[in-house]
Amino acid sequence: MNNELVIIGAGPAGLTAAREAASHGVKVSVLDENDRPGGQLFTQTHKFFGSKEHMASVRGFQIGEQLLEDLSKLDVEISLNTTVLGVLPDKKVMFVKGEDKIKTINAKTILLATGALEKPLMFKGWTLPGVMGAGAAQTMMNIYRVLPGKKALMLGSGNVGLIVSYQLKQAGCEVVGVLEVLPKISGYKVHASKIRRAGIPILTSYTIKQAKGKEFVESAVIASVEMPAGACRPIQGSEMEIGCDLICIAAGLQPFSELCWQLNLKMQYISALGGFVPVHDKYLQTSVPDIYIAGDLAGIEEASTAMEEGRLAGKVVAWRLGYLDKKEFNFHFDEINIRLSELRLGSFGIEREKGKKLLLDY
Amino acid sequence: MNLKKNMANNSRITTHPILEDLKDRKKVRICVDGKDIEAFEGEPIAAALFAHGIKVLRHSPVLNEPRGIFCNRGRCTDCIMKVNGRPNVRTCVTMVTDGMVIETLQGLGKWGTK
Repeated sequence: MNNELVIIGAGPAGLTAAREAASHGVKVSVLDENDRPGGQLFTQTHKFFGSKEHMASVRGFQIGEQLLEDLSKLDVEISLNTTVLGVLPDKKVMFVKGEDKIKTINAKTILLATGALEKPLMFKGWTLPGVMGAGAAQTMMNIYRVLPGKKALMLGSGNVGLIVSYQLKQAGCEVVGVLEVLPKISGYKVHASKIRRAGIPILTSYTIKQAKGKEFVESAVIASVEMPAGACRPIQGSEMEIGCDLICIAAGLQPFSELCWQLNLKMQYISALGGFVPVHDKYLQTSVPDIYIAGDLAGIEEASTAMEEGRLAGKVVAWRLGYLDKKEFNFHFDEINIRLSELRLGSFGIEREKGKKLLLDY
Repeated sequence: MNLKKNMANNSRITTHPILEDLKDRKKVRICVDGKDIEAFEGEPIAAALFAHGIKVLRHSPVLNEPRGIFCNRGRCTDCIMKVNGRPNVRTCVTMVTDGMVIETLQGLGKWGTK
């Protein structure tokens, strides 16, 4: 197995890094616990934003197909169904493929690109079958082509909540509404407008009180909320019961950092980036030399940003291993950083940009 | 944008406005709590069961409450069932195979088939 660069996670960041590094001659292995590569790219049926360089107006799953085609021409080993159990001292990556024995590989450099996990939201009845993550529903309908419900209620009006609501409708599921606890919609206006045009109501200052049902979800009790001085409480008497068989939680994402904790990497809590994030320098190197991070693990952003970070990580490793001279690397480094800052514009991007800068200061 | 209604008798999404039509896949038979059902190669157990309206995958050990798919990514372990006599298998990331025997998990589960 290739060991110059071992990438953990075959999502947009990991695969892009693999492509970049391998295109300069680095021998790359990518390990992923899923049975197919691409991470969440293949659940994304919507068009991406940004400029042409950021693959704007191309749909996520098409970007994934292109990436895999590029990789098939390079010296990249992708090992699927492969769970990384931990990283031992001297960058020995311990993994298990399927039902096989535990094996290790001595990596020269490691890129952690494990992505993100959905944040749960706890309320009465949240454990009932039919309450699931918005991403869970998205995977079920867009990858496995099974409708996760006939009547859905979405909790959260961030981009995930808005996009998945629309995709539910496209797949043939009625969406009874999108609830947002804050007084205004959290996601991009372009997505919110699409939802509105599709006839799905977005209720701001609303929350769920309870999911009801005997064996699975049959209805949801919702209520409007007031937020005096930082508190958040349901207004008595404002409750409504809505029939539904699917309640999707879109309460945000958090970096999937188990391996980072196991490695004892220096971590920092940054709210704008989704929670605890490994501290890294401008070359995406963590507090342990030769261990890099990219994508949502390095702060929750978008797939386009994850791919740019993956490119950066790939170039850094190629340079550090002597496959790319410093001058050429510097050119790419500046270029990628310009593209990254372009993706961090606007009211949403600015917060993330600030968070990223904060991270560099630790 | 044409928002096609494509609800079939079961909840398989056969046509989709963005994605290609669902391709013909190899059918397999799986046995769930003694009942034979049809599934497709390459799909996880949990998705196959959901397509047949089976949403309750286990009952919790302490409160005996129903549990089903939650994260659908192999992380939360809410969807664990007994598969071929092995308890606590994550059904959202375990693919179906022909002749697979699946049982609703009760509590912590026991090894072996009934």
